Amino acid sequence: MKTAAAAMTLWGHFAYFVTVFLMVVGLFIVIARSNLIKKLVGLGIFQTSVYLLYIAPGKLVGGTAPILSDAFTVYSNPLPHVLILTAIVVGVATLALGLALVVRIREAYGGIEEDEILALDEKPETVAPQ
Amino acid sequence: MSVMAHLPALQVVVPLMAAPLTVLLRRRDLAFGVALVASWTALVIAVLLWLQVEAGGTLSYAIGNWPPPWGIEYRVDRLNAFVLVLVAGLAAVVLPYSRASIEAEVSSEQHYLFYTMFVLCLTGLLGMAITGDAFNIFVFLEISSLSSYVLIALGRDRRALVASYQYLIMGTIGATFFVIGIGLLYLLTGTLNLADLGRRLALVDNPRPVLAALAFITVGLSLKLALFPLHQWLPNAYAYAPTAVAAFLSGTATKVAVYVLIRLYYSVFSDAQAFAIVPTEQMLLILGLLGAFAASTIAIFQSDLKRLFAYSSVAQIGYIVLGISFHSVNGLTASIVHLAMHGLAKAAVFMLLGGVALVMGGTTLARVQGLGYRMPFTSLGIVICGLSLVGVPGTGGFISKWHLILAALERGQWWLAFLIVGSSLLAAAYVWRFIEAAYFNEPRKDIGDARVPWSMALPALLLVAASVVFGLYSSVVLESARAAAVMLLGPR
Repeated sequence: MKTAAAAMTLWGHFAYFVTVFLMVVGLFIVIARSNLIKKLVGLGIFQTSVYLLYIAPGKLVGGTAPILSDAFTVYSNPLPHVLILTAIVVGVATLALGLALVVRIREAYGGIEEDEILALDEKPETVAPQ
Repeated sequence: MSVMAHLPALQVVVPLMAAPLTVLLRRRDLAFGVALVASWTALVIAVLLWLQVEAGGTLSYAIGNWPPPWGIEYRVDRLNAFVLVLVAGLAAVVLPYSRASIEAEVSSEQHYLFYTMFVLCLTGLLGMAITGDAFNIFVFLEISSLSSYVLIALGRDRRALVASYQYLIMGTIGATFFVIGIGLLYLLTGTLNLADLGRRLALVDNPRPVLAALAFITVGLSLKLALFPLHQWLPNAYAYAPTAVAAFLSGTATKVAVYVLIRLYYSVFSDAQAFAIVPTEQMLLILGLLGAFAASTIAIFQSDLKRLFAYSSVAQIGYIVLGISFHSVNGLTASIVHLAMHGLAKAAVFMLLGGVALVMGGTTLARVQGLGYRMPFTSLGIVICGLSLVGVPGTGGFISKWHLILAALERGQWWLAFLIVGSSLLAAAYVWRFIEAAYFNEPRKDIGDARVPWSMALPALLLVAASVVFGLYSSVVLESARAAAVMLLGPR
């Protein structure tokens, strides 16, 4: 019986496991990769985990959209969706700006590997500063 | 009268509306005019709000007439009225300065976009300060952050791009951590209104999710406010950004993040049981002290003045966080006063350095040799602001350092008072590096006869004067900050 209950909570927390997995994977990519585009991909995954964190608990099994009607008594919470719509817009704007910066960095440095770029600036005497 | 009632909304809406206008007008003079009107209007509104709060206590404004806690509430109390005046005031001073400053540093077809980003950044910072809704803070945080990434990337040096990219990565991680924390609080309590959150959190029995939320929010905000050791993005961002941007951001962006931290600690988490479990105060105390010592030491060894003063910013944030960690009226007063005094002094330093770069062709210590003879007023201004950073009596920095030491002595921690004074000596050392270069060297021969335009000199001198005036006549700032501190710690 005990294992069955444990299995229940395990499945009940499925969304949380996915959330934490995405969170950690995304953050790991940001830290471990030196390619600037891959870093942005990791950042995107990291932000996506937050969408799930907000939306999954708002869903009630058997609940409907919050329409006032006598036929329904169980409603899902609509507020997280609204919040996450805003967060998605923020995420898209961040990604777009990040990619635009990478384009400019490639024009200025000729590469998008972070360690190579930082190495190029290590010896600023050989390069004209402006 | 009806306009007066809508002041809290107008505080954010005026600069927000100015941003698309500047894009549509395209002509940089018109864009400058719109941005100037918007930022000065914002300052007038902020002062009016501050006066109202001083007279009659907290203002609450329901956006769209949805009553809190369901709708978004704009809530102005003694603390954020103070922050609003600081942010709007610095914007109103930096904007006239930026016109001549970006002439030299940003290519002319991008000027109108500079003003767009500037007013957007101002919008975000004012919004973070005025809103009483946790998720709204995140949205405004991202508005101000995204626009500040763009502003930093406008710097002419290609390293500005890398600095901006790194800030984007760190800043987004910070903001996402913050929103994870807010999400956990929302799941626990079902509310996003800060005042309501505070009340409901006190009733939560299981401390574990609150602890997780506290951890996420603390780390996220610490990234944004550049608390040591999460400050890596700051020195490059300030050093390679256009000078006007460095001046504005150094005075406001990290300060507003500090405000949000104070707000969440003292208005939301203060009654939660979780706050008593983890040694948050000790942690902040250690990080603040470490920051003050480590960043000041690094600052001493910098060869570029912009980087030197950027590291000094990290150290000064250490003092502010130290004040928060004391959890006493004097400590919080010191923090709030230091927000303003450091903002004034550091913005003034960066504005003066912009003039130095224009005349001397750079801001490295080798370049500014003999600055005291070539540009006596600018040089004197930097020294005065430097003394304010050290905390010499007669300058604004002294008031906050004094209260910080008082707060340490109140707790009977003599060693802490000595450490604060000791780290101030490190600040004296890096200011001395500038004095040595500027006054004890012959002026360089290879300098043209460029002059700093009045539109750049006047705003900078205004801020220098403010640092001194508030140091000598501190009662207005001090009373306002103390009232805010008492309100935060007071019984509810």
